[in-house]
Amino acid sequence: MAKQLNVALIGNPNTGKTSVFNQLTGLNQQVGNYPGITVEKKEGICKLERGVKAHILDLPGTYSLNASSLDENVVIELLLNKNDKDFPDVAVVVSDVENLKRNLLLFTQIKDLGIPTILAINMADRMKRKAISLDIEAMEQRLETRIALISSRKNQGIDTLKKLITEYKHLPTAPCVNASVIAPEYFDRLRKAFPNQDLYKLWLVITQDVNFGKVERKQMDTLATFKTESESNLKRLQQKETIIRYKFINEVLRDTQTIDVANAKDLRTRLDRVLTHKVWGYVIFFAILMLIFQVIYDWSSYPMDFIDESFASLSQWVKNTLPEGALTNLLAEGIIAGLGGIVIFIPQIAFLFLFISVLEESGYMSRVVFLMDRVMRRFGLSGKSVVPLVSGTACAIPAIMATRNIESWKERLITILVTPFTTCSARLPVYLIIISLVIPDEKFLFFNLQGLTLMLLYLIGFGTAIGSAWILNKILKIKSKSFFVIEMPNYKLPLFKNVAINVIEKTRSFVVDAGKIILAISIVLWVLASFGPNEKFSNAEAIVTEQYNVEQARIANDSAFAKTIPGGADVANIPMTLEERVASYKLEHSFIGYMGKFIEPAVRPLGYDWKIGIALITSFAAREVFVGTLATIYSVGDAEEETIKNRMAGEVNPVLGTPQFNFASGISLLLFYAFAMQCMSTLAIVKRETNSWKWPMLQLGVMSGFAYVVALIAYQILK
Amino acid sequence: MKKTVAHLKKGEKAIILDVATDEVPLKLLEMGCLPGNEVHLLQLAPFADPMYINVNGSHLAIRKETALHIIVETPT
Repeated sequence: MAKQLNVALIGNPNTGKTSVFNQLTGLNQQVGNYPGITVEKKEGICKLERGVKAHILDLPGTYSLNASSLDENVVIELLLNKNDKDFPDVAVVVSDVENLKRNLLLFTQIKDLGIPTILAINMADRMKRKAISLDIEAMEQRLETRIALISSRKNQGIDTLKKLITEYKHLPTAPCVNASVIAPEYFDRLRKAFPNQDLYKLWLVITQDVNFGKVERKQMDTLATFKTESESNLKRLQQKETIIRYKFINEVLRDTQTIDVANAKDLRTRLDRVLTHKVWGYVIFFAILMLIFQVIYDWSSYPMDFIDESFASLSQWVKNTLPEGALTNLLAEGIIAGLGGIVIFIPQIAFLFLFISVLEESGYMSRVVFLMDRVMRRFGLSGKSVVPLVSGTACAIPAIMATRNIESWKERLITILVTPFTTCSARLPVYLIIISLVIPDEKFLFFNLQGLTLMLLYLIGFGTAIGSAWILNKILKIKSKSFFVIEMPNYKLPLFKNVAINVIEKTRSFVVDAGKIILAISIVLWVLASFGPNEKFSNAEAIVTEQYNVEQARIANDSAFAKTIPGGADVANIPMTLEERVASYKLEHSFIGYMGKFIEPAVRPLGYDWKIGIALITSFAAREVFVGTLATIYSVGDAEEETIKNRMAGEVNPVLGTPQFNFASGISLLLFYAFAMQCMSTLAIVKRETNSWKWPMLQLGVMSGFAYVVALIAYQILK
Repeated sequence: MKKTVAHLKKGEKAIILDVATDEVPLKLLEMGCLPGNEVHLLQLAPFADPMYINVNGSHLAIRKETALHIIVETPT
């Protein structure tokens, strides 16, 4: 086996760590999860000199080894566990040249663990602008390490970094700071109690309980009995430790770094003056939101129409080319129709992730947090809830994971509970198709009515989220200290490569995950729709043909008579061919037909027929299944090449004789989808993040119940 | 009454004298909010909350309730 080096990339958030990772690994990377938790694990392979391969692990960004969140905890857990298969042979601390002081804090902590550590000073291209000069050689000596001055943005210095990684065995591992001076007596006792352990490691394990309290200490169980200091004393000691670390860092930087403040150019101040302005800041934020929604609705409609039509013709082509039979039908009517329902999402999801990742990368998102904190707090949320609520418009799953940096448990819980109300991209296809069926494509003043309806639905989603947060804030009795600290990073032009990788990765995982469910459901659906429990299904052709013949005879008899009466040609206006009537009779008497009929009484008051009822049931696993389900149901037995939309428009309510998708039932459906909790994956994530079934079950019950009532009221008023 | 970061005006600079460790998260200390360092109030959101500060080269936003626990001294 070729020798493989384990390299861990560690660094503060906003230091361009991910860019360095992308430069080192190219597209040779994979994103997964750490076992048991939903923290994203990014790893990749980098080829070094002489055929040596390095396994690069991009650890979550952290300011120090004193973890205060699940993500940060991953870093410390790994660095404390020598037996972990990912335990690094060498750590690369990525730091920002503009804030070396703070970045070096983490560096000294990692170096003190005795792990060979390289310092990568990133964003070197900014040094001239900011009038910073560094004496790298002197700095290497003082910190007892090797330094790579890099610019991941300009792709400079990456080769130096690779070279240093290859030579990791020559790195000195002496600690920077002797932490035990903060409380000599206490550390003395520790040393005596655990003579074989590294003192700094012991100290980290002990204080970790104070900060986070979830560290497993299998080998060090006895430590629990060693907690002779009170929490607030330990915290005071940590402050002391931080102070001596900064003392060391300040001394090093005084001798090795010069900043000519007078010559530094400051883009940040000028931009902040506008973007965090009391009035303009908000105006700009809402303008950006409007722009995003407009673009998503407008731009993605073209590729979406194209995809819809392509799948319709693909399905037709399969039917015409392959030999007739059950398998061909399954492929054409079940699988292709179902997949079409998911592929059609790709443009919108990609656009959404594109905007969100640009907003995050540029540093603008932090300004929004700053602007919105006070307002959000009124509703029991935090400024940091804005990020989940905005990314919830893409998908609730990453949005709920993004709540992790909210310090207060109560604010975080409320954010998690209300995020699913925001209009996620899975609702979009449902909205789009129903809007295009029931809302006229006309202009009102300067606005397109359909676009206006869509925006209204987004506002309803946000409004409900905020409103229910306000209620939850009143109901929930949770006491928690609300700390709030957020870094305001420098403004950066988003890197195309980073954004592209992010968009591709997120879209891919969404399509693959949702695709699996949809594929399975569409196969099951097709089977249920293609077989029936009794002879009414198997003899459908004979039964319908007989009925048809009888009717034709009657029409022939009446036709002379009908011509004389105005409007008497109504019967002949029903454009159903014999073939179509057989198909619809068959569907009605298939397994799924009976299931739909069974629940029809429950959904009829909302204005739905049994076919929509089936789609409602199947979409309880995932909303986006709705369109796919209707596509599958309507395409069973359909001879013509048709898009999903045309099929739905052609649906006629058998009782009323009017289109099934009319204004009243359409609005009722839109509202139902706006509020109902129909996403298994979100429920699973909420369970994981809150560590209890209570909260996801509450979401499921309350949201879906509310959806039913609202849809009922809407239909009864509008019909 | 002791002067704290919450009492600073926009654009004002001050030196940190003391930080109430029990009320201020460790994270803030680690970002450089420590006695002896300079704090510069850069921007205020409506109602002067949260506050956008620069301390020790870190640009941060903190809430007023936290700022009340960072005692400062303004050079006169």
